[in-house]
Amino acid sequence: MGRTLAEKVWEQHVVRRADGEPDLLYIDLHLIHEVTSPQAFDGLRMAGRTVRRPDLTIATEDHNVPTVLGPISDPVSRTQVETLRKNAAEFGIRLHPMGDAGQGVVHIIGPQFGLTQPGMTIVCGDSHTSTHGAFGAIAFGIGTSEVEHVLATQTLPAYRPKTMAIEVKGELPVGVTAKDLILAIIAKIGTGGGQGYIVEYRGEAVRKLSMEGRMTVCNMSIEAGARAGMIAPDETTFEYLRGRPHAPTGEAWDRAVEYWKTLRTDDDAEFDKVVEIDATALTPFVTWGTNPGQGAPLGSAVPSPEQFADPVERAAAERALEYMGLTAGTPLRDIQVDTVFVGSCTNGRIEDLRAAAEILRGRTVVTRTLIVPGSMGVKKAAEEEGLHEVFKAAGAEWREAGCSMCLGMNPDTLKPGERSASTSNRNFEGRQGKGGRTHLVSPQVAAATAVTGRLTAPAEL
Amino acid sequence: MEAFTTHTGRAVPLRRSNVDTDQIIPAVWLKQVSRTGFEKGLFAAWREDPSFVLNDPAYEGATILVSGPDFGTGSSREHAVWALQQYGFRVVIASRFGDIFRNNSTKMGLLPVILPEDVVKRLQDAAEADPKSEITVDLVERQVCAGDLVVPFEIDDYTRWRLIEGLDDIGLTLRHADAVEEYENGRQPWLPTTV
Repeated sequence: MGRTLAEKVWEQHVVRRADGEPDLLYIDLHLIHEVTSPQAFDGLRMAGRTVRRPDLTIATEDHNVPTVLGPISDPVSRTQVETLRKNAAEFGIRLHPMGDAGQGVVHIIGPQFGLTQPGMTIVCGDSHTSTHGAFGAIAFGIGTSEVEHVLATQTLPAYRPKTMAIEVKGELPVGVTAKDLILAIIAKIGTGGGQGYIVEYRGEAVRKLSMEGRMTVCNMSIEAGARAGMIAPDETTFEYLRGRPHAPTGEAWDRAVEYWKTLRTDDDAEFDKVVEIDATALTPFVTWGTNPGQGAPLGSAVPSPEQFADPVERAAAERALEYMGLTAGTPLRDIQVDTVFVGSCTNGRIEDLRAAAEILRGRTVVTRTLIVPGSMGVKKAAEEEGLHEVFKAAGAEWREAGCSMCLGMNPDTLKPGERSASTSNRNFEGRQGKGGRTHLVSPQVAAATAVTGRLTAPAEL
Repeated sequence: MEAFTTHTGRAVPLRRSNVDTDQIIPAVWLKQVSRTGFEKGLFAAWREDPSFVLNDPAYEGATILVSGPDFGTGSSREHAVWALQQYGFRVVIASRFGDIFRNNSTKMGLLPVILPEDVVKRLQDAAEADPKSEITVDLVERQVCAGDLVVPFEIDDYTRWRLIEGLDDIGLTLRHADAVEEYENGRQPWLPTTV
């Protein structure tokens, strides 16, 4: 019987297999940032261990960094960033610090440098590592104990997850984006639907997505409970990679492409689970609640908890409406927001900024609007295209690169009771600041919302 | 890692679903570079509400958290596990867990126990009816006992053995350093390095 993409990549990386034990899996690339690594480096020091493969490891500063020029004002954040610098120097790891041209959100810079390639295994102490699966890699988030394990051994003991296919049938209608697609998928299968699985996104609509769109989809796999999401590599993938600093060249490129072309699910392979979704029926999608599964089409209304047959979901909806300060039956289009955030590892890439700029060109924002490029590379590219001038002319703030308001570890936060339309990935209680209320949206909806001050699709402008 | 064989303690009923790791330990607590002191941040936002279950003196000293489904979803932060352990929890019982949280727990010796939703509800009811009632979680026998209730739970043999022995994963992997080196010699030549 044939094999799925996930099975092929997994098997290629098994260092050791023994009955009754997890596989020992080799890790091709380890991404590091300041938040989940300090205790791992401490562990190495206490045990007298070294980093086995600093040459397969790369570090960046992203979660804590301010998005306005200047030093880090919070002394605790500053200590954490300085700790990463000391650790990177001590263990010989390449670091892109604040201000460096290569600095950026960890999941933006891997693909940008061409370090993320098909068929690889990639880990990081961050759940949105699933982003890199867009290239046909197995990429997943790990905790600090596992960060230490990878630093010391370049391997991880792990059981191979089950496989799930998400078949996206038909094409996305005009005006419907990768973000709308993944939000609709999460609403369909739930925040626990992907637990225990590696998801492979398939079908015509997925094939037609750009690499940026594919990264947006795979990024939010974890919001459906799946540690990893994958898309088989194709010409779109190869074209994106060609010429990037760490992509193979010459004969090595040809050999790599030849191999990458084998990284697809065989026709006779079987998935443990198959979910189908009709792309043609999708419209712009937003969240109304406090988990990413609590979403609905923008054209609909805030649901009533009574609509949920499952008592657990009903109770969760009741609590979410209370926290969000929403009343059942209110059209989602009537929800007023205070802040719009465009950025994050979900939607902080150049294509996302272009989409937002297209809508803001010649218009004026009526809300506080933060545009935060995912990396210094993205920032430079956007400025070369003049996008920053479009944003500034519209009254939006053009910031430095970082995670920013996605999780509010830096000064970019919501105040209690404030409401945002955000292109990030989590609408959890307090995620963007204590008491803050988050609606997850696409960059296009975010930009249109900034213009009207209420949740708005671009088509309505 | 702290070894785990069997544990008897009182339980806290947490009647919420989708308890994400941002709730267990808010991001502001993640700026610390040490491994200690996280108990103060456990459920920090929810604890501001005087009616939150952890603020009920009846549950002081409880060591088993019995939660609604999808506990530990979201962020990979192991700080969530550290916060629960440092607050005094040895076990979390729920019908479903976030994959990364569950994995992190077993690395640290906090036991995640998966039980059917109806059993979870019975345990919550019992803890609510009598906060002094005790639950025994026996990893050796793979069962949970509470009053008349005896329920088996599943956990793979390898993880169970590692927890019972309190073994450090890195030490176990380093025994296979030869296999790692052999694998490295056969890696595809075009794979990138960060140098």
